[in-house]
Amino acid sequence: MTVDERFPRGLKEDDFEAEEADGVRSEIITGPVDDWATDFSHLEPQWSADPYPIQDDLRERCPIARTERFGGGWLPTRYEDVTSIAYDTERFSSRSIVMGNFRPPKSAAPIGGTPPISSDPPFHHDARKLLLPAFTKTAISKQEPATRAFCHSLIDAFEGADVVDAAVDYAQHIPMRVIANMMGFPAEDGPKFRVFVEDALEGINREPEERVERIENLFDYLVAQVHDHLDNPRDDLTTYLLNAELYGEKLEAAHVVGAMALLLIAGIDTSWSAIGASLWHLARTPADRERLVADRSLLPTAMEEFLRAYAPVTMARLVKDDMRWRGVDMKADDWILLSFPAANRDPAQFDRADEVVIDREINRHAAFGLGIHRCVGSHLARLELKVALEVWLERIPEFSLADPDSVLWSAGQIRGPRSLPMRIRS
Amino acid sequence: MKVRIDTGKCQGHGRCYDLVPDLFGEDGEGFGQVLGNGVVPSGREREARLAVANCPERAIELDEES
Repeated sequence: MTVDERFPRGLKEDDFEAEEADGVRSEIITGPVDDWATDFSHLEPQWSADPYPIQDDLRERCPIARTERFGGGWLPTRYEDVTSIAYDTERFSSRSIVMGNFRPPKSAAPIGGTPPISSDPPFHHDARKLLLPAFTKTAISKQEPATRAFCHSLIDAFEGADVVDAAVDYAQHIPMRVIANMMGFPAEDGPKFRVFVEDALEGINREPEERVERIENLFDYLVAQVHDHLDNPRDDLTTYLLNAELYGEKLEAAHVVGAMALLLIAGIDTSWSAIGASLWHLARTPADRERLVADRSLLPTAMEEFLRAYAPVTMARLVKDDMRWRGVDMKADDWILLSFPAANRDPAQFDRADEVVIDREINRHAAFGLGIHRCVGSHLARLELKVALEVWLERIPEFSLADPDSVLWSAGQIRGPRSLPMRIRS
Repeated sequence: MKVRIDTGKCQGHGRCYDLVPDLFGEDGEGFGQVLGNGVVPSGREREARLAVANCPERAIELDEES
Protein backbone atom coordinates (compact mmCIF):
# COMPACT_ATOMS: atom_id res chain seq x y z
CA MET A 1 0.00 0.00 0.00
CA THR A 2 1.54 3.29 -1.07
CA VAL A 3 1.45 6.07 1.50
CA ASP A 4 0.85 9.70 0.61
CA GLU A 5 0.61 11.72 3.78
CA ARG A 6 -1.83 14.11 2.12
CA PHE A 7 -4.33 11.25 1.86
CA PRO A 8 -4.39 9.16 5.07
CA ARG A 9 -6.66 6.12 4.86
CA GLY A 10 -10.05 7.00 6.29
CA LEU A 11 -9.79 10.68 5.21
CA LYS A 12 -13.18 12.39 5.52
CA GLU A 13 -14.50 15.54 3.96
CA ASP A 14 -14.83 17.13 7.41
CA ASP A 15 -11.07 16.82 7.83
CA PHE A 16 -10.32 19.72 5.53
CA GLU A 17 -13.55 21.45 4.74
CA ALA A 18 -13.30 24.08 7.43
CA GLU A 19 -15.12 26.52 5.18
CA GLU A 20 -18.45 24.76 5.58
CA ALA A 21 -18.85 26.07 9.13
CA ASP A 22 -17.98 29.66 8.21
CA GLY A 23 -20.25 29.94 5.19
CA VAL A 24 -23.65 31.61 5.13
CA ARG A 25 -26.88 29.71 4.58
CA SER A 26 -29.99 31.38 3.24
CA GLU A 27 -33.62 30.38 3.52
CA ILE A 28 -34.79 27.84 0.94
CA ILE A 29 -37.56 29.44 -1.13
CA THR A 30 -39.36 27.37 -3.75
CA GLY A 31 -42.64 27.59 -5.63
CA PRO A 32 -44.02 29.10 -8.81
CA VAL A 33 -42.71 32.45 -10.02
CA ASP A 34 -45.20 35.21 -10.79
CA ASP A 35 -42.86 37.98 -11.84
CA TRP A 36 -39.56 36.89 -13.31
CA ALA A 37 -38.20 40.43 -13.08
CA THR A 38 -38.30 40.45 -9.28
CA ASP A 39 -38.45 36.79 -8.25
CA PHE A 40 -36.59 34.66 -10.80
CA SER A 41 -35.58 31.08 -10.07
CA HIS A 42 -33.65 28.83 -12.40
CA LEU A 43 -34.87 25.80 -10.43
CA GLU A 44 -38.57 26.06 -11.21
CA PRO A 45 -40.15 23.80 -13.87
CA GLN A 46 -41.30 26.75 -16.01
CA TRP A 47 -37.66 27.83 -16.44
CA SER A 48 -36.39 24.32 -17.17
CA ALA A 49 -39.08 23.69 -19.76
CA ASP A 50 -38.34 26.84 -21.79
CA PRO A 51 -36.22 29.66 -20.36
CA TYR A 52 -35.83 31.55 -23.65
CA PRO A 53 -39.14 33.51 -23.73
CA ILE A 54 -38.51 34.47 -20.08
CA GLN A 55 -35.00 35.71 -20.84
CA ASP A 56 -36.13 37.54 -23.97
CA ASP A 57 -38.88 39.29 -22.03
CA LEU A 58 -36.48 40.29 -19.25
CA ARG A 59 -33.95 41.60 -21.76
CA GLU A 60 -36.66 43.88 -23.18
CA ARG A 61 -37.95 45.27 -19.93
CA CYS A 62 -35.24 45.08 -17.22
CA PRO A 63 -32.63 44.05 -18.48
CA ILE A 64 -31.14 42.90 -15.15
CA ALA A 65 -33.67 40.84 -13.17
CA ARG A 66 -33.68 40.46 -9.39
CA THR A 67 -34.60 37.69 -6.98
CA GLU A 68 -34.79 37.48 -3.20
CA ARG A 69 -34.49 33.69 -3.40
CA PHE A 70 -31.09 32.13 -2.66
CA GLY A 71 -30.35 35.02 -0.33
CA GLY A 72 -30.60 37.54 -3.17
CA GLY A 73 -29.26 37.72 -6.70
CA TRP A 74 -29.29 39.27 -10.16
CA LEU A 75 -29.83 37.94 -13.66
CA PRO A 76 -28.35 40.03 -16.49
CA THR A 77 -29.78 39.10 -19.86
CA ARG A 78 -27.90 41.29 -22.35
CA TYR A 79 -24.77 40.01 -24.08
CA GLU A 80 -22.99 43.22 -23.18
CA ASP A 81 -23.70 42.86 -19.45
CA VAL A 82 -22.87 39.14 -19.33
CA THR A 83 -19.53 39.72 -21.04
CA SER A 84 -18.65 42.67 -18.80
CA ILE A 85 -19.19 40.54 -15.68
CA ALA A 86 -17.29 37.57 -17.12
CA TYR A 87 -14.29 39.86 -17.70
CA ASP A 88 -14.55 41.74 -14.40
CA THR A 89 -12.86 39.45 -11.89
CA GLU A 90 -12.09 42.46 -9.68
CA ARG A 91 -15.72 43.08 -8.75
CA PHE A 92 -17.23 39.62 -9.27
CA SER A 93 -15.78 36.59 -7.49
CA SER A 94 -15.90 32.95 -8.60
CA ARG A 95 -15.55 31.58 -5.07
CA SER A 96 -18.85 29.87 -5.66
CA ILE A 97 -20.08 29.26 -9.19
CA VAL A 98 -23.28 27.40 -8.29
CA MET A 99 -26.09 29.73 -7.24
CA GLY A 100 -27.86 28.20 -4.27
CA ASN A 101 -28.56 28.63 -0.60
CA PHE A 102 -24.99 28.41 0.64
CA ARG A 103 -22.26 31.02 0.25
CA PRO A 104 -18.73 29.95 1.12
CA PRO A 105 -16.90 32.44 3.35
CA LYS A 106 -14.78 35.17 1.79
CA SER A 107 -11.74 33.29 3.09
CA ALA A 108 -12.47 30.59 0.50
CA ALA A 109 -11.15 32.98 -2.18
CA PRO A 110 -8.95 32.95 -4.17
CA ILE A 111 -8.80 29.13 -4.34
CA GLY A 112 -12.40 28.00 -3.80
CA GLY A 113 -13.59 24.41 -3.47
CA THR A 114 -13.03 23.25 -7.05
CA PRO A 115 -10.01 25.03 -8.55
CA PRO A 116 -9.60 26.57 -11.03
CA ILE A 117 -13.29 27.22 -11.84
CA SER A 118 -13.85 28.46 -8.27
CA SER A 119 -10.62 30.47 -8.17
CA ASP A 120 -9.95 34.17 -8.56
CA PRO A 121 -6.74 35.85 -9.73
CA PRO A 122 -3.88 35.53 -9.16
CA PHE A 123 -4.16 31.92 -7.96
CA HIS A 124 -6.53 31.06 -10.80
CA HIS A 125 -3.89 31.48 -13.48
CA ASP A 126 -1.49 29.00 -11.90
CA ALA A 127 -4.12 26.38 -11.08
CA ARG A 128 -5.52 26.59 -14.61
CA LYS A 129 -2.09 26.38 -16.22
CA LEU A 130 -1.71 22.90 -14.68
CA LEU A 131 -4.74 21.62 -16.57
CA LEU A 132 -4.39 23.34 -19.95
CA PRO A 133 -1.84 21.00 -21.60
CA ALA A 134 -4.11 17.98 -21.03
CA PHE A 135 -7.03 19.73 -22.73
CA THR A 136 -5.57 21.18 -25.92
CA LYS A 137 -7.23 20.23 -29.19
CA THR A 138 -4.20 18.09 -30.05
CA ALA A 139 -4.18 16.27 -26.71
CA ILE A 140 -7.93 15.71 -26.84
CA SER A 141 -7.85 14.35 -30.41
CA LYS A 142 -6.44 11.10 -28.96
CA GLN A 143 -9.92 10.42 -27.54
CA GLU A 144 -11.58 10.42 -30.95
CA PRO A 145 -11.23 6.77 -32.11
CA ALA A 146 -12.44 5.26 -28.82
CA THR A 147 -15.27 7.81 -28.58
CA ARG A 148 -16.43 7.00 -32.10
CA ALA A 149 -16.32 3.25 -31.45
CA PHE A 150 -18.25 3.76 -28.22
CA CYS A 151 -20.97 5.80 -29.97
CA HIS A 152 -21.36 3.01 -32.52
CA SER A 153 -21.66 0.44 -29.73
CA LEU A 154 -24.46 2.48 -28.13
CA ILE A 155 -26.37 2.53 -31.40
CA ASP A 156 -25.70 -1.18 -32.00
CA ALA A 157 -27.62 -1.74 -28.76
CA PHE A 158 -30.71 -0.06 -30.29
CA GLU A 159 -31.10 -3.07 -32.61
CA GLY A 160 -34.79 -3.93 -32.93
CA ALA A 161 -36.10 -0.92 -31.00
CA ASP A 162 -38.54 1.54 -32.57
CA VAL A 163 -38.26 4.11 -29.79
CA VAL A 164 -35.13 4.86 -27.75
CA ASP A 165 -34.32 7.56 -25.22
CA ALA A 166 -31.63 9.66 -26.89
CA ALA A 167 -30.70 11.33 -23.59
CA VAL A 168 -30.67 8.24 -21.37
CA ASP A 169 -29.51 5.60 -23.84
CA TYR A 170 -27.09 7.71 -25.89
CA ALA A 171 -26.10 11.27 -24.93
CA GLN A 172 -25.37 10.74 -21.24
CA HIS A 173 -23.09 7.74 -21.76
CA ILE A 174 -20.69 9.46 -24.13
CA PRO A 175 -19.12 12.06 -21.79
CA MET A 176 -19.35 9.64 -18.85
CA ARG A 177 -17.26 7.08 -20.68
CA VAL A 178 -14.77 9.63 -22.00
CA ILE A 179 -14.19 11.31 -18.63
CA ALA A 180 -13.99 7.97 -16.77
CA ASN A 181 -11.30 6.98 -19.23
CA MET A 182 -9.39 10.26 -18.87
CA MET A 183 -9.60 10.26 -15.06
CA GLY A 184 -8.84 6.53 -14.79
CA PHE A 185 -12.12 5.70 -13.04
CA PRO A 186 -14.00 2.40 -13.62
CA ALA A 187 -16.01 2.61 -16.85
CA GLU A 188 -18.98 0.95 -15.16
CA ASP A 189 -19.32 3.75 -12.57
CA GLY A 190 -21.47 5.87 -14.92
CA PRO A 191 -24.64 5.47 -12.82
CA LYS A 192 -22.74 6.84 -9.80
CA PHE A 193 -21.55 9.83 -11.83
CA ARG A 194 -25.12 10.60 -12.79
CA VAL A 195 -26.11 10.77 -9.12
CA PHE A 196 -23.09 12.97 -8.28
CA VAL A 197 -23.99 15.38 -11.07
CA GLU A 198 -27.60 15.65 -9.97
CA ASP A 199 -26.55 16.12 -6.33
CA ALA A 200 -24.09 18.87 -7.15
CA LEU A 201 -26.07 20.85 -9.71
CA GLU A 202 -29.77 20.08 -9.46
CA GLY A 203 -30.34 19.37 -5.78
CA ILE A 204 -29.77 23.02 -4.90
CA ASN A 205 -32.94 23.43 -2.86
CA ARG A 206 -32.50 20.27 -0.76
CA GLU A 207 -32.15 20.63 3.02
CA PRO A 208 -28.58 21.48 4.13
CA GLU A 209 -27.99 18.17 5.93
CA GLU A 210 -28.94 16.25 2.82
CA ARG A 211 -26.79 18.48 0.58
CA VAL A 212 -23.79 17.92 2.85
CA GLU A 213 -24.33 14.17 2.99
CA ARG A 214 -24.54 13.91 -0.78
CA ILE A 215 -21.41 15.99 -1.33
CA GLU A 216 -19.64 13.70 1.16
CA ASN A 217 -20.58 10.71 -1.01
CA LEU A 218 -18.79 12.34 -3.94
CA PHE A 219 -15.81 13.15 -1.75
CA ASP A 220 -15.57 9.57 -0.46
CA TYR A 221 -15.72 8.23 -4.00
CA LEU A 222 -12.93 10.54 -5.15
CA VAL A 223 -10.71 9.70 -2.16
CA ALA A 224 -11.20 5.99 -2.91
CA GLN A 225 -10.05 6.70 -6.48
CA VAL A 226 -7.03 8.59 -5.13
CA HIS A 227 -6.04 5.61 -3.00
CA ASP A 228 -6.49 3.25 -5.92
CA HIS A 229 -4.21 5.47 -8.01
CA LEU A 230 -1.60 5.71 -5.26
CA ASP A 231 -1.55 1.91 -5.17
CA ASN A 232 -1.71 1.50 -8.94
CA PRO A 233 -0.32 4.60 -10.65
CA ARG A 234 -1.27 4.85 -14.31
CA ASP A 235 -1.22 7.39 -17.08
CA ASP A 236 -4.35 9.43 -16.46
CA LEU A 237 -5.51 12.76 -15.05
CA THR A 238 -5.85 11.48 -11.48
CA THR A 239 -2.21 10.37 -11.34
CA TYR A 240 -1.27 13.63 -13.07
CA LEU A 241 -3.01 15.69 -10.37
CA LEU A 242 -1.45 13.60 -7.59
CA ASN A 243 2.01 14.30 -8.96
CA ALA A 244 1.44 17.90 -10.06
CA GLU A 245 3.32 20.67 -8.31
CA LEU A 246 2.50 24.30 -7.69
CA TYR A 247 5.02 26.76 -6.24
CA GLY A 248 7.52 23.91 -5.77
CA GLU A 249 5.21 21.68 -3.75
CA LYS A 250 2.67 19.00 -4.51
CA LEU A 251 -0.93 20.19 -4.56
CA GLU A 252 -2.83 20.23 -1.30
CA ALA A 253 -5.26 17.35 -0.82
CA ALA A 254 -8.25 19.70 -1.07
CA HIS A 255 -6.95 21.03 -4.38
CA VAL A 256 -6.47 17.53 -5.83
CA VAL A 257 -9.93 16.35 -4.82
CA GLY A 258 -11.57 19.64 -5.78
CA ALA A 259 -10.05 19.54 -9.26
CA MET A 260 -11.09 15.89 -9.66
CA ALA A 261 -14.65 16.82 -8.66
CA LEU A 262 -14.63 19.66 -11.17
CA LEU A 263 -13.38 17.52 -14.06
CA LEU A 264 -15.89 14.78 -13.28
CA ILE A 265 -18.95 16.95 -12.75
CA ALA A 266 -18.28 19.64 -15.34
CA GLY A 267 -17.26 17.10 -17.96
CA ILE A 268 -20.48 15.11 -17.91
CA ASP A 269 -23.80 16.92 -17.87
CA THR A 270 -22.53 19.74 -20.06
CA SER A 271 -21.71 17.56 -23.07
CA TRP A 272 -24.65 15.30 -22.32
CA SER A 273 -26.85 18.41 -22.55
CA ALA A 274 -25.27 19.71 -25.73
CA ILE A 275 -25.60 16.36 -27.53
CA GLY A 276 -29.17 15.92 -26.32
CA ALA A 277 -30.29 19.45 -27.22
CA SER A 278 -28.79 19.14 -30.70
CA LEU A 279 -30.59 15.85 -31.34
CA TRP A 280 -33.80 17.33 -29.90
CA HIS A 281 -33.57 20.23 -32.36
CA LEU A 282 -32.93 17.95 -35.33
CA ALA A 283 -35.74 15.59 -34.32
CA ARG A 284 -38.29 18.40 -34.28
CA THR A 285 -36.90 20.28 -37.30
CA PRO A 286 -36.98 17.87 -40.26
CA ALA A 287 -35.73 20.51 -42.70
CA ASP A 288 -32.49 20.99 -40.72
CA ARG A 289 -32.08 17.25 -40.18
CA GLU A 290 -32.52 16.44 -43.87
CA ARG A 291 -30.17 19.23 -44.91
CA LEU A 292 -27.47 18.08 -42.50
CA VAL A 293 -27.80 14.43 -43.50
CA ALA A 294 -27.52 15.42 -47.18
CA ASP A 295 -24.59 17.78 -46.64
CA ARG A 296 -22.35 16.75 -43.78
CA SER A 297 -20.00 19.68 -44.50
CA LEU A 298 -22.58 21.83 -42.65
CA LEU A 299 -21.84 20.08 -39.37
CA PRO A 300 -19.19 22.54 -38.10
CA THR A 301 -21.46 25.58 -38.43
CA ALA A 302 -24.51 23.60 -37.28
CA MET A 303 -22.68 22.50 -34.14
CA GLU A 304 -21.66 26.04 -33.27
CA GLU A 305 -25.23 27.16 -33.85
CA PHE A 306 -26.59 24.46 -31.52
CA LEU A 307 -24.04 25.59 -28.93
CA ARG A 308 -25.19 29.19 -29.34
CA ALA A 309 -28.94 28.61 -29.36
CA TYR A 310 -29.01 25.85 -26.72
CA ALA A 311 -25.93 26.78 -24.69
CA PRO A 312 -26.10 24.32 -21.79
CA VAL A 313 -24.06 26.22 -19.24
CA THR A 314 -24.95 29.13 -16.97
CA MET A 315 -22.34 30.17 -14.41
CA ALA A 316 -22.62 32.16 -11.20
CA ARG A 317 -20.55 34.84 -9.50
CA LEU A 318 -20.69 36.60 -6.13
CA VAL A 319 -20.59 40.40 -5.96
CA LYS A 320 -17.50 41.40 -3.97
CA ASP A 321 -18.58 44.78 -2.54
CA ASP A 322 -21.68 46.99 -2.50
CA MET A 323 -21.87 48.98 -5.71
CA ARG A 324 -24.14 50.62 -8.24
CA TRP A 325 -23.77 48.61 -11.45
CA ARG A 326 -25.56 49.42 -14.73
CA GLY A 327 -28.51 50.95 -12.92
CA VAL A 328 -28.98 48.47 -10.08
CA ASP A 329 -27.76 48.51 -6.47
CA MET A 330 -25.74 45.37 -5.96
CA LYS A 331 -24.81 44.31 -2.43
CA ALA A 332 -21.76 42.35 -1.35
CA ASP A 333 -22.47 38.60 -1.67
CA ASP A 334 -25.43 39.03 -4.02
CA TRP A 335 -25.41 36.26 -6.60
CA ILE A 336 -25.03 36.91 -10.30
CA LEU A 337 -26.61 34.23 -12.45
CA LEU A 338 -24.31 34.55 -15.44
CA SER A 339 -26.46 33.30 -18.28
CA PHE A 340 -24.43 32.58 -21.38
CA PRO A 341 -27.65 31.19 -22.93
CA ALA A 342 -29.30 34.62 -22.50
CA ALA A 343 -26.27 36.41 -23.93
CA ASN A 344 -26.31 34.07 -26.92
CA ARG A 345 -29.84 35.12 -27.83
CA ASP A 346 -29.40 38.86 -27.55
CA PRO A 347 -30.60 40.45 -30.81
CA ALA A 348 -28.18 43.32 -30.24
CA GLN A 349 -25.35 40.84 -30.78
CA PHE A 350 -26.80 38.25 -33.18
CA ASP A 351 -28.91 38.57 -36.32
CA ARG A 352 -32.01 36.38 -36.16
CA ALA A 353 -31.03 35.67 -32.55
CA ASP A 354 -34.10 33.58 -31.80
CA GLU A 355 -33.75 31.37 -34.88
CA VAL A 356 -31.54 28.33 -35.33
CA VAL A 357 -29.56 28.93 -38.54
CA ILE A 358 -27.41 25.87 -39.15
CA ASP A 359 -25.19 27.55 -41.73
CA ARG A 360 -24.59 30.69 -39.64
CA GLU A 361 -21.03 31.63 -40.60
CA ILE A 362 -20.39 34.40 -38.10
CA ASN A 363 -21.13 33.11 -34.65
CA ARG A 364 -19.28 34.80 -31.84
CA HIS A 365 -21.22 32.93 -29.16
CA ALA A 366 -20.32 32.63 -25.51
CA ALA A 367 -21.37 29.01 -24.85
CA PHE A 368 -17.98 28.20 -23.30
CA GLY A 369 -17.80 31.42 -21.32
CA LEU A 370 -15.51 34.37 -21.88
CA GLY A 371 -12.33 35.64 -20.29
CA ILE A 372 -10.04 33.77 -17.93
CA HIS A 373 -12.60 31.08 -17.06
CA ARG A 374 -13.17 29.89 -20.65
CA CYS A 375 -14.28 26.27 -20.31
CA VAL A 376 -11.07 24.26 -19.99
CA GLY A 377 -12.82 21.28 -21.58
CA SER A 378 -14.20 23.11 -24.61
CA HIS A 379 -12.07 21.15 -27.09
CA LEU A 380 -13.21 17.90 -25.50
CA ALA A 381 -16.85 19.03 -25.55
CA ARG A 382 -16.62 19.92 -29.24
CA LEU A 383 -15.04 16.56 -30.03
CA GLU A 384 -17.75 14.67 -28.16
CA LEU A 385 -20.52 16.68 -29.80
CA LYS A 386 -19.01 16.26 -33.27
CA VAL A 387 -18.51 12.51 -32.99
CA ALA A 388 -21.88 11.93 -31.28
CA LEU A 389 -23.74 13.78 -34.06
CA GLU A 390 -21.70 12.27 -36.89
CA VAL A 391 -22.30 8.71 -35.72
CA TRP A 392 -25.98 9.28 -34.95
CA LEU A 393 -26.69 10.93 -38.34
CA GLU A 394 -24.77 8.22 -40.19
CA ARG A 395 -26.56 5.36 -38.44
CA ILE A 396 -29.99 6.95 -37.86
CA PRO A 397 -30.60 9.55 -40.56
CA GLU A 398 -34.36 9.57 -39.93
CA PHE A 399 -35.71 10.21 -36.46
CA SER A 400 -38.40 12.23 -34.73
CA LEU A 401 -39.66 12.97 -31.24
CA ALA A 402 -41.78 10.03 -30.09
CA ASP A 403 -43.77 12.27 -27.77
CA PRO A 404 -42.79 15.95 -27.65
CA ASP A 405 -44.63 16.46 -24.35
CA SER A 406 -42.61 13.82 -22.55
CA VAL A 407 -39.24 15.48 -23.16
CA LEU A 408 -37.82 16.38 -19.76
CA TRP A 409 -35.22 19.13 -19.26
CA SER A 410 -32.82 19.43 -16.33
CA ALA A 411 -33.30 22.16 -13.76
CA GLY A 412 -30.56 24.52 -12.63
CA GLN A 413 -27.52 25.96 -14.29
CA ILE A 414 -26.87 23.16 -16.77
CA ARG A 415 -29.78 22.75 -19.14
CA GLY A 416 -30.34 19.81 -21.44
CA PRO A 417 -32.79 16.99 -22.11
CA ARG A 418 -32.78 14.32 -19.42
CA SER A 419 -35.46 12.27 -21.12
CA LEU A 420 -35.73 12.38 -24.90
CA PRO A 421 -37.88 9.58 -26.36
CA MET A 422 -37.01 9.31 -30.02
CA ARG A 423 -38.71 7.32 -32.75
CA ILE A 424 -35.93 5.84 -34.85
CA ARG A 425 -38.00 3.49 -36.99
CA SER A 426 -41.49 4.06 -38.32
CA MET B 1 -3.32 41.47 -45.43
CA LYS B 2 -1.84 40.34 -42.13
CA VAL B 3 -3.28 38.72 -38.96
CA ARG B 4 -2.05 39.03 -35.39
CA ILE B 5 -3.29 37.51 -32.12
CA ASP B 6 -3.50 39.71 -29.05
CA THR B 7 -2.14 37.31 -26.42
CA GLY B 8 -3.63 39.49 -23.70
CA LYS B 9 -7.10 38.67 -25.01
CA CYS B 10 -6.79 35.14 -26.41
CA GLN B 11 -8.20 32.50 -24.02
CA GLY B 12 -7.68 29.44 -26.18
CA HIS B 13 -11.21 28.90 -27.55
CA GLY B 14 -9.53 27.68 -30.72
CA ARG B 15 -12.07 29.01 -33.17
CA CYS B 16 -9.27 30.40 -35.37
CA TYR B 17 -7.39 27.14 -35.68
CA ASP B 18 -10.64 25.19 -36.08
CA LEU B 19 -11.68 27.41 -38.98
CA VAL B 20 -8.37 28.13 -40.74
CA PRO B 21 -5.88 25.51 -39.57
CA ASP B 22 -3.18 26.48 -42.02
CA LEU B 23 -3.16 30.10 -40.86
CA PHE B 24 -3.54 29.52 -37.10
CA GLY B 25 -2.33 26.84 -34.73
CA GLU B 26 -2.33 26.14 -31.01
CA ASP B 27 0.48 26.34 -28.51
CA GLY B 28 1.11 23.76 -25.78
CA GLU B 29 -1.68 25.24 -23.64
CA GLY B 30 -4.25 25.65 -26.40
CA PHE B 31 -3.78 29.38 -26.99
CA GLY B 32 -3.99 30.51 -30.61
CA GLN B 33 -0.85 31.19 -32.58
CA VAL B 34 -0.35 32.75 -35.97
CA LEU B 35 1.55 30.32 -38.17
CA GLY B 36 4.44 31.79 -40.11
CA ASN B 37 4.65 35.56 -40.48
CA GLY B 38 0.89 36.15 -40.43
CA VAL B 39 0.67 37.31 -44.02
CA VAL B 40 -2.60 36.03 -45.46
CA PRO B 41 -2.02 34.36 -48.82
CA SER B 42 -3.78 36.02 -51.71
CA GLY B 43 -7.28 34.62 -52.14
CA ARG B 44 -7.57 33.60 -48.48
CA GLU B 45 -8.76 36.95 -47.18
CA ARG B 46 -12.32 35.76 -46.65
CA GLU B 47 -11.19 32.93 -44.37
CA ALA B 48 -9.00 35.26 -42.36
CA ARG B 49 -11.96 37.60 -41.87
CA LEU B 50 -14.09 34.65 -40.82
CA ALA B 51 -11.59 33.74 -38.09
CA VAL B 52 -11.61 37.34 -36.87
CA ALA B 53 -15.41 37.49 -36.84
CA ASN B 54 -15.74 34.22 -34.92
CA CYS B 55 -13.23 34.87 -32.15
CA PRO B 56 -15.29 35.07 -28.94
CA GLU B 57 -12.65 37.25 -27.27
CA ARG B 58 -12.08 39.58 -30.26
CA ALA B 59 -8.41 38.70 -29.96
CA ILE B 60 -7.47 38.62 -33.65
CA GLU B 61 -6.35 41.82 -35.31
CA LEU B 62 -6.44 42.25 -39.05
CA ASP B 63 -4.14 44.64 -40.84
CA GLU B 64 -5.64 45.19 -44.27
CA GLU B 65 -2.74 47.34 -45.45
CA SER B 66 0.12 44.86 -45.02
